[in-house]
Amino acid sequence: MTHSQSGRLIRWLLTSLALGLALTTARAEIGQIKTAKGQVSVERKGQVLPGQVGLLLEPSDVLKTGADGSVGLTMRDNTLLSAGPNSILALERFEFDPTTSQGRFDTQLRRGTLSVVSGRIAKQSPEAMTVRTPSAVLGVRGTEFVVAVDE
Amino acid sequence: MSELARRLAVLMLGAVLAACAAKQGSVVLLPERDGKNTAVVVTQGGAQVPLTQPYAAANLTSGGPKSYQSSAQEVQSYFGAALAAQPLPPAQFTLYFVEGKDEFTAESKAIIDRVFTEIAKRPVPDVVVIGHTDKLGSDAVNDPLSRQRAEVVRNALLARGIAADKVVAVGRGKREPVVPTAEGVAEARNRRVEIQVR
Repeated sequence: MTHSQSGRLIRWLLTSLALGLALTTARAEIGQIKTAKGQVSVERKGQVLPGQVGLLLEPSDVLKTGADGSVGLTMRDNTLLSAGPNSILALERFEFDPTTSQGRFDTQLRRGTLSVVSGRIAKQSPEAMTVRTPSAVLGVRGTEFVVAVDE
Repeated sequence: MSELARRLAVLMLGAVLAACAAKQGSVVLLPERDGKNTAVVVTQGGAQVPLTQPYAAANLTSGGPKSYQSSAQEVQSYFGAALAAQPLPPAQFTLYFVEGKDEFTAESKAIIDRVFTEIAKRPVPDVVVIGHTDKLGSDAVNDPLSRQRAEVVRNALLARGIAADKVVAVGRGKREPVVPTAEGVAEARNRRVEIQVR
């Protein structure tokens, strides 16, 4: 192999790797923790991660805050979610096509308090976003509201 | 039955009814920042309560949703911590291109400076660059074109030092014109790129 051929091969490998990484992150991440205070954790596939500012969120993540905790998320469709102390918030389903704005976003507040500012998914199709509590379903026509689930 | 026994019976009935409708939570619709209409529909146990006015609220109870009017004070005392944790809303900027070129207008260069000021305000910023076209042509043409315009802007941001994994470029094609026009109409104000810092 000549020098220029191996150079081209390495460049090709690096490009494929970068592209692969970009595709993986684009698919996996659905949002990001933007604010966090006190005790915050994220349950993901049987593991518990510290809920730090900057953590990228994945579908099925469950966020928990302690007695002194609170956490704020920005989702890929610009939905803002923030939970107060002693809260459990499950990001059950998130699908979003940034070109068409079509998608599906279902969360469940199992305990505690939650504030919601809905984003592009709910704006595109009002049926496409729900927030559930253990006993009720909230259909989100837009845009700002708060929910509490008592213990 | 003595008066006392009757009163006791009434009290007990009241307690039983209260227990039947035990409060499980609540939902309050907040006023819209930009004054647009907004609504949340609460469905519980087959009953539906639409909340359509600022501070319209429903208690979730075992007997279904019960409407009431909440207030800014109540929301602050109950939801203050959750609201304080809300991330900054995405900041939006719009760039225009010199007609027929991949080149920003002079105003757009100044806007890029403001984008960087906004990025500096945020602890973990990420940026979405959204390209738009006018309504000339089909989705098959406009979707890739809008994506290309977004890529030009993304590259300009990368050249000014943002990490590549913090910026995504997407194309919305002709789906979101700022100036509504019929299909097939060329309109410069619709050929734009939005930058959202969040």
